[in-house]
Amino acid sequence: MIRFDNVGKRYPGGHEALAEVSFRLERGEMAFLTGPSGAGKSTLLRLIALIERPTRGQVLLDGENLGRVRRRRVPYVRRRMGIIFQDYRLLHERTVFDNVALPLVIEGYPPAEIARRVRAALDKVGLLGRERMLPVTLSGGEQQRVSIARAVVHKPPLLLADEPTGNLDPDLSREIMELFEQFHQVGVTVLIASHDLDLIRSMDHRVLRLRAGRLDAAEPPERVA
Amino acid sequence: MRRRPRQASRQPVPRAAQPPPRGPRGAGRAGSRLRRPLTHLQRHAQVFLGSLGRLSRTPLTSLMTATVIGIALALPGGLYLLLHNAERLGGGWQESARISLYLKRDVGEKQARALAAQLRGRPGVRQVTYISREQGLREFRAASGFGAALDVLKTNPLPAVLVVQPAFSGDGPQAVQGLLEALRKLPQVALAQLDMAWVRRLYALMALAQRGVAILAAMLALAVLLVVGNTIRLDIQSRREQIEVTKLVGGTDAFIRRPFLYSGLWYGLAGGAIAWLLVRAALWLLQGPVQRLALLYHSDFTLTTLGLGPSVALLAGGGLLGLLGSWLAVGQHLAEIEPR
Repeated sequence: MIRFDNVGKRYPGGHEALAEVSFRLERGEMAFLTGPSGAGKSTLLRLIALIERPTRGQVLLDGENLGRVRRRRVPYVRRRMGIIFQDYRLLHERTVFDNVALPLVIEGYPPAEIARRVRAALDKVGLLGRERMLPVTLSGGEQQRVSIARAVVHKPPLLLADEPTGNLDPDLSREIMELFEQFHQVGVTVLIASHDLDLIRSMDHRVLRLRAGRLDAAEPPERVA
Repeated sequence: MRRRPRQASRQPVPRAAQPPPRGPRGAGRAGSRLRRPLTHLQRHAQVFLGSLGRLSRTPLTSLMTATVIGIALALPGGLYLLLHNAERLGGGWQESARISLYLKRDVGEKQARALAAQLRGRPGVRQVTYISREQGLREFRAASGFGAALDVLKTNPLPAVLVVQPAFSGDGPQAVQGLLEALRKLPQVALAQLDMAWVRRLYALMALAQRGVAILAAMLALAVLLVVGNTIRLDIQSRREQIEVTKLVGGTDAFIRRPFLYSGLWYGLAGGAIAWLLVRAALWLLQGPVQRLALLYHSDFTLTTLGLGPSVALLAGGGLLGLLGSWLAVGQHLAEIEPR
């Protein structure tokens, strides 16, 4: 699904966010990306989401070299994934329904199908009945669940989450992680950046550790391409 | 592989296994594809009306922008109309231009009348009046006050005259000048005279005014572009977050651009409509004084107002400028906004 080949990312200021990162994530796999702040977790996810481009090496998504994706094609690559942020990134002047419907509207689904799928996604995250509300009237955990509904509403094969529980208390965090677990159960590939080590340990999934832009050697060598 | 999907058969949509989508429609989902063209139109209609709805949520700001555009369009529109009216007036005056053909003395009355008949059949000639030598003498005696002096002369000194009235053509003074040259070469004609210097001056003035209006229109069109562009730029900046999120969930540039383009179109159309109203109002205010002035000159001249063609041109021009202005702004500023 995802393959990093000796990837390096150096920002224009000279800061080296990632260096010699190589790993692969199989289709349907769920993995955590962890490490201290500034270790490059976000940068790694941003490379997959084409928010950033690597300065060295290759990032492959389904065998497609993301470094070669031209600007015009970027939206179509992003439609193959759902992205979840720590700060939810919801549109505050739009209703919950409109927020979740956005990926479907962009892809031009018929209104009836949009309504059906949005309700299904909201049902999945336990927010059915809140369609008409504005995000600000919801709690942090609920807002994050809206953003998860938005990320999965178009049924992407890949979910990326950048510190999805960073603003939530432990109970809510566990609920959110269980949601990801459920998507993983139905075959979605999930990659979650998080520094909530207790939570990660309790989930029994593969862990990729980043330290100062490099993957830890703890990664089993046979998995490194 | 350490961990496999536990039930691969339950994979929701194995889209990743398909080749990456080529067109904007994406791949797969054959069921909904049939309904796509209608949906696409629906989307456009939705965005079209949606952008109008958004503008109407800030009525004062939107109206002010539209009014600025309206004034900028009304100026060249109104001046164009004034020029058009001046041309009509000039056309009327040109019809009063006369070419006087003084015939040679050996041309008899019969020949003169034959020549008059022949000239009437000429293109570019509206009317030919024959003034015989006797008639000319009578008129001269009556009008000039030189009656006593004429009595001294034993013979009539005046030649027979054909007064040729040129047909009014859109070609302006050149056509009349050409006719004059042709008539001058006729063997029966001793002298052909036309005083049309003032007609030429009028035309030159109008050509100058036309050029002036064109320059003004170009500058004001540029102003409209900038006004719309600036408004759209502010709109883009205030919706920066929304644009970023839309890009993150796979919104194409075309999708993001669309509501802004429609906003620009609306601004332009509204500006065109306001310009139309302003020109109509100005004409309505001018009509009375113009009629009174025309009456003093024994003319029934009235101002023509904006016809259907110019009205449509004003609206379409406004809409087009609005669309172009927002296109420029969007092209310049949308690429700057990338998700963080």
